[in-house]
Amino acid sequence: MADLVSHPDEIRVVSKRFGKGATNIDRYLELDGYKAVQKALGMEPDAIINEVKNSNLRGRGGAGFSTGMKWSFVPKQSAKPKYVLCNGDESEPGTCKDRLIFEHDPHSVIEGVMIAALAVGSQTGYIYIRGEYRYLSITMQKAIKDAYARGFLGKNIFGSGKDLEIYWHGGAGAYEVGEESALMESLEGKRGIPRIRPPFPAVVGLWGGPTVINNAETLASVPHIMLGGAEWYSNLGPPKNGGTRLFCLAGNLAKPGVYELPMGYNLKKMIYEVGGGIPNGHSLKAVVPGGSSTPVLLPNEIDVAMDFDSLMKAGSMLGSGGVVVLDDSNCIVKFALRTMKFYQHESCGWCIPCREGTDWLKKTLTRFHAGGGVKKDIDNIQYLSENMLGRTFCPLGDAAAMPTIAFVKKFRKEFEDHLEGRPCPFEKEGAVQELPVLTH
Amino acid sequence: MKFSDEFETRFSEMVGHYPTKRSVLVPTLLYAQDEVGFLSDEVIQEIAGRLQLTVLDVRNVISYYSLLTTKPRGKYNVQVCTNIACMLRGGEELFTHCKKRLGIGHKGTTPDGMFTLEEVECIGACSWAPAVQVNYDFHENLTPEKMDKVLENYKKKGTQ
Repeated sequence: MADLVSHPDEIRVVSKRFGKGATNIDRYLELDGYKAVQKALGMEPDAIINEVKNSNLRGRGGAGFSTGMKWSFVPKQSAKPKYVLCNGDESEPGTCKDRLIFEHDPHSVIEGVMIAALAVGSQTGYIYIRGEYRYLSITMQKAIKDAYARGFLGKNIFGSGKDLEIYWHGGAGAYEVGEESALMESLEGKRGIPRIRPPFPAVVGLWGGPTVINNAETLASVPHIMLGGAEWYSNLGPPKNGGTRLFCLAGNLAKPGVYELPMGYNLKKMIYEVGGGIPNGHSLKAVVPGGSSTPVLLPNEIDVAMDFDSLMKAGSMLGSGGVVVLDDSNCIVKFALRTMKFYQHESCGWCIPCREGTDWLKKTLTRFHAGGGVKKDIDNIQYLSENMLGRTFCPLGDAAAMPTIAFVKKFRKEFEDHLEGRPCPFEKEGAVQELPVLTH
Repeated sequence: MKFSDEFETRFSEMVGHYPTKRSVLVPTLLYAQDEVGFLSDEVIQEIAGRLQLTVLDVRNVISYYSLLTTKPRGKYNVQVCTNIACMLRGGEELFTHCKKRLGIGHKGTTPDGMFTLEEVECIGACSWAPAVQVNYDFHENLTPEKMDKVLENYKKKGTQ
């Protein structure tokens, strides 16, 4: 069980029921549970989609695409069954928010899937939870069972004449599967290799049927939008960035934790006030604002609103909401290396630029950090990364390249300080040890 | 090859959730592994047969997922996260401590078969770092001292 935190600036929407026993279906019903789906049952599918569009809810998995827009791409008529797939394969380093939703409010995810299904005319939904979250899959299976027992799922839901089945599905350890097309492959019982697009999942998805895929936090936000209204939700954040977001504050902070703050909340304030600042007399060195794949920000770049558009303008991304803070005792080369080791380990190997690029970059950075780097390596790291961008089936190649380009660009001097046999200036014993290499 | 009744109930229930049988493959492999300890040749053969897949096809899927293993492991699999959020809060030191304490390296198993140690990627505990997962249980905000207690408790539990 992960600890909960709070801060006066929080606006609790998705986390409204955290710590209130809402895994129990009766408690969930007391706390306005399953009211939103009943409201949606009385609406036309297009009206649901419009409500979600107008709320300016954007995908919480990282890409930030308009949720309502995504739903509207699903064809009205389809010879093949349509599906709704909830992505709970949370595994972007720095991100630990969906875990809390599943732990404290599993019915809100079920209700979100139900509303999505009504909006696109689907009769089957799947909630995919990563294999490491076994205790949460147990929570979710019970929640689904309870919803069936009450007649909220199955045949003739809420006496509406509509049928809707929702099932749980489990992974077995793979970051790549968090990517939508790889997620579908995994659910179909295969290796999580991404599919080429177009066609997009909204047209050709699970078993060839039109499929809506949304992140768990996105879907858990939907019932609140249906009850509170699009205008209320949209106004919580800046224009075109509706609502709130679960920000996972991690790294060198006095008060790390998952806080729900309005979209557009100032990053500096988030670090120094909500997160309690940098402890142990250290100062801020860098921030990775939205999970390991987002480009790093320097201390003079953090006076920025945490919404999709503002961070894009600042040269980074809001991503998955994982805010990783580094203090001045950390070596950026080592941090870049650890990030790349992750991507090298998780690359599925399908696309050559990603498979070879991440491996080459990992080897170069390992050698570099150990003092065996030469000057042209720095440009080579940049060149390799740039050549991975946009050349792969899925964004894993980009996710590895983008932060690396930013590390080199913004901390070039620190890379130069490691050159030609000089020991890493940050290693405590003064001697560089080769980091343990992960093999699988 | 015999699995528990619980496994069989879950399996037959899950098969009904999908239009194709092979969709149950990944979660079924994980549940089978939890019962047997690892994915033995016998387990692979059995699951392949049930889902009308070739053994090669099943092995191909197994090799993709990092939780699945075809080698026996200790009773408790100690998975130490050293990814960025944990690294910043002492994840690597914790891993080094576990290596010394258990006298084994990455993917090693103690001679008594009690512990397997593994350095793993992000387990979704970034705000409560550094974190370790022992089998499926999370242990968070750890220090080497707290880790010793965690290991001691498992050892006690395992020898009972």
